[in-house]
Amino acid sequence: MDILVVLEDNRGSLHRMSKEAIAGAQKMGGSISALAIGVNADAMAGELSGVDLTEVITINHDLVSSYNADGYSDVVSQVIKSESPQTIVIGHSYQTRDFMPRVSAKLDIPFIPDIISMDDGIVKQVLNAKLNALVTTSADQVILSFQSATFSEEAMVTGSCLARSIEVNLDSSIVRSEAEDPFQEDAGDVDLESAELIVSIGRGIEKEENISMAFDLAKVLGAEVSASRPVVDSGWVESFRQVGSSGQTVAPKLYFSLGISGAIQHVVGIKGSKNILAINKDPDAPIFEIADYAVVGDLLDIIPKLIEALQTEKDL
Amino acid sequence: MKIAVLVKQVPGSETALPILGNHNWIDEEQVSFVMNPPDNFAIEEALLIKERTGDGEVVIVSMGPARVQKVIREGLAKGADRGIHLEEDGQIQTDPLSIAKSISSILMDENFDLVLTGLQSDDTGMGQTGVLIGEMLGMSTGTLAMETDVQDSAIRVKRELESGWFQWVKLPLPASISIQSGLNTPRYPSLRGIMGAKKKEIKVVSPSDHQTDAISQSIDKVFVPQTSKQTEMIEGNADSAVTRIIEILKSELKVL
Repeated sequence: MDILVVLEDNRGSLHRMSKEAIAGAQKMGGSISALAIGVNADAMAGELSGVDLTEVITINHDLVSSYNADGYSDVVSQVIKSESPQTIVIGHSYQTRDFMPRVSAKLDIPFIPDIISMDDGIVKQVLNAKLNALVTTSADQVILSFQSATFSEEAMVTGSCLARSIEVNLDSSIVRSEAEDPFQEDAGDVDLESAELIVSIGRGIEKEENISMAFDLAKVLGAEVSASRPVVDSGWVESFRQVGSSGQTVAPKLYFSLGISGAIQHVVGIKGSKNILAINKDPDAPIFEIADYAVVGDLLDIIPKLIEALQTEKDL
Repeated sequence: MKIAVLVKQVPGSETALPILGNHNWIDEEQVSFVMNPPDNFAIEEALLIKERTGDGEVVIVSMGPARVQKVIREGLAKGADRGIHLEEDGQIQTDPLSIAKSISSILMDENFDLVLTGLQSDDTGMGQTGVLIGEMLGMSTGTLAMETDVQDSAIRVKRELESGWFQWVKLPLPASISIQSGLNTPRYPSLRGIMGAKKKEIKVVSPSDHQTDAISQSIDKVFVPQTSKQTEMIEGNADSAVTRIIEILKSELKVL
């Protein structure tokens, strides 16, 4: 086969990033099969019955009924050895980061991660997204992971495919980890995922005492408040306000970012925003590449004036 | 408890990034370097584990040209015991597999209980080295640890998942774990620590003693991102910026 797409189970159904990976593989072309592992493998295959793929290979062995790095990396390696795909494709999720390098090392196949484009060669971001890099390999096989939203699940080409279940040999000694059930921490009472207006705070806010100006701005706009990771890590806002790969994914009509540089792990959480207005002191901040409106300036100077002007507008 | 912390020296975030004439990387001669910010959390976690378990050794490991000794010394100044410097004599290595093979060949005989890394590097951002090395050395692996809990011959890690989810996983030692940023507050080195660091050992391993020839992937060129996005740059002072922003909010986005 040309391409093997390794699927991820998102609490019983196919992860969005797996669908995006399929769309990406279809765009690359060739014969494509998908691999579903775990207790929900058949359900995931079922979701793909109307998609243009050669087949979905399903594996449900006791030792990989739920995710673990040892079992998954062993099973995926076995499938790669028996099916010999030229390219292995997967979404760049936290799970992928956890086990795919194990496959890379087991099989000595290079893993090119977090790809943002395949149009003109393999492109990933480097140096905190300040530059892009064209990556090449002369290896016979390669593993590629796609950054969230590089491809769109809506672009999956329809067709039909069947599922084929296969047996794998897995010794219990292979799985050394003991995992507990995943859990969510304090969810808070703020629904960022469906918020239409968001004011988001980055490190550029500089001090905890400046945080209130962002909340004041949000109040006068009728917006929710979110923040980038460093602000949450400093304890200046609650963790449920975090936006990014580890936090919430948002898609507001307006994402108003204050002093956020635009690091990759943050940007993947805001790619769905209809409009981005960014204020940052650094003219080279990566956030300006995805912003619709860019203000190079000092937010500590601008925001108080903006709040005052907005109050005046409101009173008119 | 013997802990290796893999650290990297990377271009600082404030520094301009001039691209080399042949475009295949940035001109490192013109750039100022810092400890890879995520690595600070890994160093701190190693020191905390050493303090909690009451004994042990923390070894700072870094690969690169002579200048990387600076970040090794930073780790030593914070409280690590010794360092290992894998010398590189050419341009930055960007192939995770060969980097991991080099480092594994040197770590192998030391039988570390734990190998800790930051979540990824701020230069190439491949995010694999710790897990590759874990596999190569037959260790169990875990990533994005938001909390660690060392027990008898095992370590429990609280893995960070997406969207505010977490999962505790217990892994037998030896283990290679990547540390998520923000799980601790990295200490500053004391003056005494800085002075003491000068006397601590840094073993230097020459390129011929660790370098593997086979490169499995490489960066052919770097370039400034071209975006098809139309971005309006709002210029001028704070007052004119405010005026334009109000206009955008009112008339273009209609959110007022």
